[in-house]
Formats: sequence, C-alpha cells, structure tokens
Amino acid sequence: MRVPLSWLREYVDLPAGETGRDIQTKLIRAGLEVEGVEQLGADLKGPLVVGQVLAIEELTEFKKPIRYCQVDVGDANGTGEPQNIVCGARNFAVGDKVVVVLPGAVLPGPFPIAARATYGKTSEGMICSARELGMGDDHDGIIVLPPEYEPGTDAIELLELVDEVLDIAVTADRGYCLSMRGVARETAIAYGLPLRDPALIDVPPANAYGPLVKVEDQFGCDRFVARSVVGVDPAAKSPIWMQRRIQKAGMRPISLAVDITNYVMIEMGQPLHAYDRHRVDGAITVRRATPGEKLRTLDGVERTLDAEDLLICDGPSGSRPIGIAGVMGGAGTEIADAVVDPETGEVNGTTEIVIEAAHFAPVSIARSARRHKLPSEAAKRFERGVDPEATKAAAQRAVDLLVLVAGGTAEAGVTDIAAPHPVHSISISADLPDRVAGQEYGRETVVRRLQEVGCTVVGSDVLVVTPPTWRPDLTDPNDLCEEVIRLEGYENLPSTLPNVPAGRGLTEAQRLRRRIGIALASAGQVEVQNYPFIGEAVLDSLGIEAGDPRRATVKIANPISHEEPSLRTTMLPGLLGALHRNVGRGNTDVALFELGRVFRVDGTAETLYQAPRLPVDRRPTEDEIAQLDAALPRQPYRVGAVFAGSRDPQGWWGKATAWTWADAVEAARTVADAAGVELTVRQDQHTPWHPGRCAALYVGEQLVGHAGELHPRVVKAMNLPERTCAMELDLDLLTEGGAAKATGPKISTFPVATQDVALVVDDAVKAADVEAALRAGAGSLLESLRLFDVYRGESLGEGRKSLAYALRFRAADRTLTADEASAARESAVAEATARVGATLRG
Amino acid sequence: MSAPNKSYDPVEVEALKPEEIERLRDEAIAAFAAATGLDALHEAKVAHTGDRSPLALANREIGALPPAAKAAAGKLVGAARGAVNKALAERRVALEAERDARVLVEEAVDVTLPYDRAPRGGRHPLTTFAERLMDVFTAMGYSVAEGPEVEAEWLNFDALNMGPDHPARSTQDTFFLKDADSVVLRTHTSGVQIRSLLAAAEPPVYVICPGRVFRSDELDATHTPVFNQVELLAVDEGLTMADLKGTLDHMVASLFGEGISTRLRPNYFPFTEPSAEMDMVCFVCRGESVGNPDRPCRTCSSEGWIELGGCGMVNPRVLVACGIDPNKYSGFAFGFGIERMLMFRHNVEDMRDIVEGDVRFTLPFGMEI
Repeated sequence: MRVPLSWLREYVDLPAGETGRDIQTKLIRAGLEVEGVEQLGADLKGPLVVGQVLAIEELTEFKKPIRYCQVDVGDANGTGEPQNIVCGARNFAVGDKVVVVLPGAVLPGPFPIAARATYGKTSEGMICSARELGMGDDHDGIIVLPPEYEPGTDAIELLELVDEVLDIAVTADRGYCLSMRGVARETAIAYGLPLRDPALIDVPPANAYGPLVKVEDQFGCDRFVARSVVGVDPAAKSPIWMQRRIQKAGMRPISLAVDITNYVMIEMGQPLHAYDRHRVDGAITVRRATPGEKLRTLDGVERTLDAEDLLICDGPSGSRPIGIAGVMGGAGTEIADAVVDPETGEVNGTTEIVIEAAHFAPVSIARSARRHKLPSEAAKRFERGVDPEATKAAAQRAVDLLVLVAGGTAEAGVTDIAAPHPVHSISISADLPDRVAGQEYGRETVVRRLQEVGCTVVGSDVLVVTPPTWRPDLTDPNDLCEEVIRLEGYENLPSTLPNVPAGRGLTEAQRLRRRIGIALASAGQVEVQNYPFIGEAVLDSLGIEAGDPRRATVKIANPISHEEPSLRTTMLPGLLGALHRNVGRGNTDVALFELGRVFRVDGTAETLYQAPRLPVDRRPTEDEIAQLDAALPRQPYRVGAVFAGSRDPQGWWGKATAWTWADAVEAARTVADAAGVELTVRQDQHTPWHPGRCAALYVGEQLVGHAGELHPRVVKAMNLPERTCAMELDLDLLTEGGAAKATGPKISTFPVATQDVALVVDDAVKAADVEAALRAGAGSLLESLRLFDVYRGESLGEGRKSLAYALRFRAADRTLTADEASAARESAVAEATARVGATLRG
Repeated sequence: MSAPNKSYDPVEVEALKPEEIERLRDEAIAAFAAATGLDALHEAKVAHTGDRSPLALANREIGALPPAAKAAAGKLVGAARGAVNKALAERRVALEAERDARVLVEEAVDVTLPYDRAPRGGRHPLTTFAERLMDVFTAMGYSVAEGPEVEAEWLNFDALNMGPDHPARSTQDTFFLKDADSVVLRTHTSGVQIRSLLAAAEPPVYVICPGRVFRSDELDATHTPVFNQVELLAVDEGLTMADLKGTLDHMVASLFGEGISTRLRPNYFPFTEPSAEMDMVCFVCRGESVGNPDRPCRTCSSEGWIELGGCGMVNPRVLVACGIDPNKYSGFAFGFGIERMLMFRHNVEDMRDIVEGDVRFTLPFGMEI
C-alpha cells in the first residue's frame, strides 16, 4: 500500500512539520511495516508551467517526425512572448494545454533544463510527459491538460508533484490497511489525534427500486449494494487531483469510471465494480459457476470456470456470467471507451452506470484468484477481509464522484441485500494482556486501547469485546492482547528469563555428527553444503542404470531448474559438482566432505505422497500421525567425501603423494571410528566406482556404504581430475546397532615379544582374509598385528604375492618365553595356510 | 699378608723422589691440556695413567720401600695421581662439550622452511555457527530437535494456523512435489516444533530446531533457494512476551557480546499471536553510526539495528492442533536464517560464496566459530 502524505493529512490533522520519516517511525512501532518513504519531486525545481500550443511546424527531414512548436506560457518566461520548443511527441494539437519546463528548471533525475540546439532549431525548454515529471511510467506522449487552466500557471502545484509517499507492506492480518481509511486510523491512534472517517457520509436508506440484484449464494456474498447513475458525460475525464492520487498510490489512471472505482477502493478499501447499464441484461445475479462455464474477463482472456468460482451474472435467470466475483469483471459489460463520432464530433460511450459494492467470502475469492492466477487489487483486499459495513458508503462515494465530475444524476434507487451477520464477540479476562506480555497494564488501559482500535468493550473482570466490522482479523483473545501490547509499545516490554528445566544436551546422533565433522576436517577434508537438487543427466554420467534405486527420485513440481528437478538419492552429484568447481577455480588438490540427507523412494507404497489433510481443532491421533509420516520418502543421513589431486604435495621433503582409493576407505574408517563401530571392508563392484578399486563397507553383515576410486568412464563423463576417489556412508545404517562402549583395557606391563612373518599367497587372496586367519590362529596372546610390506617378484612365481606381518605377543601375567611366542606364531601361520593357502616365504 | 720386603732397589727408590713425582704429574697435566681432541686425550691418558705409565710404575714401587718410607711415598704418589685424574676428567668434560657443540652446529637446519605437507581441512561455517547456537541453548536447558526436509503440509502449514486458504501460505514460495498430495519441501523448520509438541505427552517443551529449509528463490548475492534456519519453541505454564524478549537478549549477548540487546516490532505471522519482528543492536557500531555521517556503519547501514527474524507468542490455535490446553499453557517461538546472521557476523558479502563449496571460503573458519 502506497500512502501519499498529502492525502493522509485529509483524515488526520498531523502536526505541520511532521515528515514522512517521522510518521514512518510511529507506524512501524504500531506494527505497520513501512518499508520506505518515497520523496516525490525532491530534486524538482521550476519554472514548470501550463502552456498553450499556439502553432506547430512539422519537421520531416529527420528519422522520426519532429514538431517545432510555439507555446504561450503566460508571463512565466518573463517576456510574455511565445516559447519555441522542439517536441518529439505527436499526441497534441494547436490549442491544447500542456506542461512546459523552462530553461533553468531541474526535472527529477536530476535533469537540468537549458535552452539547447536540436534538430536544427533552438528549443527553449521542453513539453513534458508524465514520466519525465516522475508521475508514473506512462510515456505514451506528453501530458495534455484539461482546457480550464491558464497559461503560466505553476504546474508543480497543479500536478501536486512534491509529496512524500509511505510504502507499506501490509501483512495478511491487516487487510484494512490496504486503504487510506485504515492507515489513517492507525496514524490517528499513533498520534492520539481524532480521525475523520471517510466512510462516515450520508447514505440514503435501502429501497425497493434500486438495480435488480439476486444473491443466490449468501455464504459467498453476504452483502450486495447496487446504485445507478444516469446522464454521465462520456467525454468527461478524471480530474487531475484524482489521477495524481491514483498514480501516487501506485496504480494507473485509465478512464473516469474505472478511476472513480479505483479511487474509492484506495480510499475506503472497498473494491467496486462499474457496469454499463445498457450492456447488463436484466437482474444482476450472484451464483456459483457450473463446471465448464466460460467467461472472457476484462484482460481479454477466456477462462473456463470452476464450480467453486463465485460469479456475477445477468441474462434470463442469471445464465450469463459477467464477472468473477471480487476478482475481475467480464469484457462484455465493461464501461465502453469513449468514441468520437467523426461526422458530428459527438462523443459516444457509457452514459448510465451501475455501481456494485459487495462483500464476498475471503476464502472463495482467494481460491478463485489463485485458480485463475488473477491476483487483482480487488482480490487482494477481499482475501484479507474488507469492512462489510463500508459497502454503502463506498457506493455512495462513487455515486457522488460520478455526479461531481461526470455530470451524472444519481438515481434514487438503493439496492442493499444483506445476509444476517452474527455479532462476533470475544470474552477475555481483563488481565490476559498483562499475562501474555509479562507486564502490568491494568484494566483501564486495556479497555482504552481496545476502544481506540474500534472495539466495543463491556464488563469488568471479564471483558466482552466486539471488534469493529473492519477488523475481521480480531477473532481470538490473543488478537486483542496484541492490540493492547503493540499500542502500549513492544519497546517497553521487560526482559526476563523463564525457568527452563534441566536439559540433557545433545543426542548421541547429534554428537556423532559433530565428531565426524571434526574428524574428517582434522584429516584434511573441507566440509561443503550442496543443494540436494539433481537431474537425470548426472545419474547418466555416473553410469547409474535404470532400475537402480538411486534412479527412483523424489521429483519437484516447480523446480528452480528443469535440468535438476529431483532430490538427491546419493551424496555424490553435489560433492563431485563442488569438486569440479574447485578444480576449475585452481584448487586442484582437494578433499571435500558433506553430511546431509538423501531422499529415497523404496518400493511403491500407496501411502507415499498421500498425506492426509487433518483438522486443526484437535490433536491428531497416533494413527493419523503415522499416516503423515507414511506419506514421506525415507530421508536417511549420509556422509560423503571426494578426493582429487595431491594429498601431500611435492616439497623440500620429497615427492608428492596423491589422494588414492585408500584415503577414501580410510575416510570411511574415520567415520566408523567416530561412531564407535567396527567397519569391515570387502572387495566389490558398484557403480560409479572403478570395478577393481571399489570397497564395500560393512558393519557386521549390514552393507553401509562404498569407497574407492571412481570409474575412469565416470571421471571422463563428469570432466573430473584423473583418479578422483569417493566415499559414501549411510549414517543411519552405520549407527543402527549402536556404538560399542569402550571398556578400559587391562594394561600388561610384561615385555612384548615381536615376531615377523612373511606369507606367500595367490594374488587374488585378500589381505583382510589373511589378517583374519592370522588373528584367529594366533590366539589370545596376540596383542596386535600389522601388515608392513606387500611384495611381488619373480622369485615368488607368477600371480603370487608376499605379505609381511609384524606380530606382537604379550601375556597379562608373565614374560613370554621364546618358545611360547614361536608356538603362537606357528599356529597363526598354520591357520593362514588352512584358510587361504599361505606358505611361509623361504 | 705378605712378608715385609727386605730387599731394596736403590735405583727405583730414587724414582720416588718427590721432585721426580711432581715432574711426572706436571708432564701428565701438560699432556692433557695439549690434547686438542678426545682421541688425543685418550692417547695422553694411556701414556700418563695407563698400567705402564711412570706414575703407575712409581705406585708399584711403593711396596718395595722400607716400611718407614712407605707412608710418605704413598701420600706423595697418591696426591700426584689424584691431580692427574682430576685434570684428565676436567679436560674430557671440556673436550666433550666442545665436540657436542660442534655436532649441534653441524646439525642445524632452517626452521623457517615451510611445511605445508599435511592436507588442511575445515568445517563449513554454517555447520559450526548452528552448533554455536545450539550450545547457547543447550546450556540453558533446551534440547535440539530435528525433522524431515520433505514434510507433510499439515505439519508445515495447517498445524501452524496456515490453513489451505491462508493468504500467508501462498507467499512462502513453496517447492511442491510432483504427483503428491499435501507433501512439500519444508519452507521452515516449524514442522519440527509441531513434531516436538506432538511427541511430548505434556509440556514443558523447550526445543531449538536447526535445519535446512527450501524456498523457490533464485540464487543471487542475498538469496538462496536452500538455506538454514534455527527456530526456537518454548511451551510451559506462564510464559510471557517478556520471557521471549529475555531469551532473545540472552542469545544475542552470547553470540555478539555483552551489552548487545534486542528490540521487538509488531508484525504478523499466523503461528504466533502477538507476533513481532526482532532486531538486535548493531554489534559493530552499537548505534553510534546513527545520524553520524562521519562514522558510517556498513554492517547496519547506519541504522543502528540489524534485523534478525520473526518471533512471538505461540498462537493458541497451534497449541490446540497439538492437543495442548491453551488455557493452561502458553509459549513463545522465534526463527531466523543462519546464512544472513553468518553474513553480517563475519562480513560475508555474497551468498554464493556460502553455497558454492569453494575451499578458499571455508578454510579460514577452521573448526569452530
């Protein structure tokens, strides 16, 4: 809502020196979001005057037609002589009154004006368009004024070019502030001044001979006022003051009848509609649409109507729709554009007008506006609630203006159809605002503040409060509390702390995610937070096949990019994207990790995406809560990591070492360590990893993720650095079994016995299996073992390798003899021989 | 015990003359002093204190002296040998110290050599900032609640007093799912508040809900379609707006320093009533830039206040939808975006830097902020 200060002052006698900024501060405190104060004409400087075009010379030798005009500007130029002005516009004729800016003036921009040579002439100023004067975006031509103004009249005052305009973002609850009347009321309260309510005007009582109206749906339309005006001059134009106010309020002047309805809507908040009476056939009927019914709206679009749309109709038994109630009128009954008959010079157009001022159910209007994507000014207001009692005054105001500026005659008929309106009262304990605020206001203050906003209040300890008709948002006790507290000033609230019961800190899962983050970052990886949006293309690049569960994505109906309409099923696309971005920016040695959710659709449960629409007047049952959850895809927490380039760069200490598949596996182990679970690594083949360099990660028999080097084809398809590596783990699965609690080990202080063993096995034998065999065979004396060398060579024979282990033995209660240690070692080797065919290297 | 020596060798007895012993002593000490290295010292040691050295021989001769002379000779030779051994030890200590010093000098390195060998890691500031907030509130006794990012509309909207036709609902730039009924990408973490109320048999409920939320805005310098929020919910007997204000004041003082407080301005949210917009005192200029063109403040645009987010008293209708008696319990709630707070707290000028994952952005924030 844009509120010109000059207009606001008409309703509230604000102190003369009060600026827009002052008012802004006051209104913000009262809860109006005044986003800014526009200074109109702040850098404007005259002379800017009315001129009359005396002569026009057409200059045709230029690319576009140019006019060289002599304009009478009265005495404004000091000489009284006509002013010579070059003008590119063509929408005026000799004798027209125009707006002339003279040399020495400054137009908004700032744009200083001087006499200058152009198109072979000297132009002593400019004939102005609305846009050049900062009046609006209209640049169809120069302003042609009504004929009644004398040349030389100051146009800055005439066109009210200097003003301040408050720009207010009206919140959904304060529909009444989408009007001058509402903002004026808040301003009056904020300043403690009386309000001149524009809706308090004399209105004749309803009678039986007004325009014929039938309301068939009283729920959709609980008030319908109709008035008629005849003898309207089709040639009449909106007066400048009205056009200017409409412009300053952010709308465009269009034609007199439309301007009047818009003006009254801005003033009172009541949307109006004007019909050409000759084009309305019979009674105006309000009813719901029949499905499939069609209507061409004012914007020229033919719309197929929904059974829920509330319509304004005419014709036999209201069979012809002429408007979507409260949203937009139809093209068939709109006020006709004035047409000048070329023979007689007579102006033809609408001469008889029916004014509609109705009140519609907000929900119905909101749905229709959304359904037809018509967020009109009228719909915006009806949706937020307008004052049903303002209908009669608004209609009267429109009638008065038609009479005043269009020479019309008001007909005596007044139609006013009103459904019975139950009075809605709210009972609150007089100290409720005190209890909500945590501050004592006292009954007297509470009653006074509620009365200020227009409520009637009765009662002593319990107040029965009836909100005014313009405040349909005041429905609950807390709504009334807010009125009191905001007017008493939020800034005056005390600051206290509640007694929060003792807490237990973070959950295990939350602590784990912190540990993982710290562990991976300490290991040299950088955390990223990627968007979860993916498309088919990246799944193609990763080589993920049709039927893979990672192809079953949750899809967004209105994605940011149609290239990425789905939610991620794996962490890799985002991580690899970030990796690619880093490498592209020259960060070539990079290790990234991310913790976050993926979105998985398992199977085809019928409940998926079908969330019940539950009531809100009670707690949902456990069953209903379960139904809500069943509608959601699975959203497990995952951790992923990607690696490329050097882990350890070349330096004075030696050569660089690259990030490898082993670092990816190690990252998984780091996560498992943080989670306190033991990770088992098995060889695997899994897209998008290198078929020979892919580790499947298990906790017990549960697969929890994969790690290794990416498939070279994927690396190429995604334009990644060679040998890019990756890891992805499902944290929910990883921690499913819970973490093992560490038990304090008993530390033996007896000496350690170290024995090395080199075992020759087939190349295909996995180190993990050899290690498992050694551990099993070595028995309880084994303290630890460590693989310290892997060797392949001719001496071993083709397809063989030697694994060298250091075994450490120790007993809890004695120093081991050499024989004991050797026996344990032999037993370990024997088990390795039995399980994986290992032989001692000779 | 051996029998007394009756035979005397006059020549050797000659060698035990005091002047002779002193000469031998002085020769030995001079030889040690002359030794320039530990090897030379060793040679001198063998020559002057070894079994065949003159002093050793002299010592042996004492046994051959007449008993009356033995004590004096013994004393004489003993004193000489003591002096020699002392000189030897002193010289050895000196030479060893010299050697050690030389070796350490030879082993010296340039300790200013750069060692950027271990890869550097870091945590994302959005993560660590959210953690910092969680720590403030867990210290006060709150728990941290989390919930799904794809959420049922009832939990994201309806239960929050935003029915299907609520005007505020259409202004949320919601991402809807394809072929889905009443399931959306959550537009705020408020659904988690509802879940917390539903999970509690009875208040008190004191939770803080951090998490990712989604609005269909294009990414630019100040907007992102995916961002992080922290919301707080407290429901208990007798909670007031003053409690809300105090909690906010405590939070900003914890995050931005003592003396930083908040102010509330009336606003409208469906899920709170009364509702407010919350601002905090600018932690950079503390309001001193207001009306002071000589000291402009970039952080608050010389407004003196920084806008944080929305808050208010939990709308009793929300409590009813969760089965909580609004006549017995009241609550307060607030919420704000972490990105914005990170931007003004750490002078981040472009939202894109936060979301694009460039390691140069993240590394300076380290492990905690």
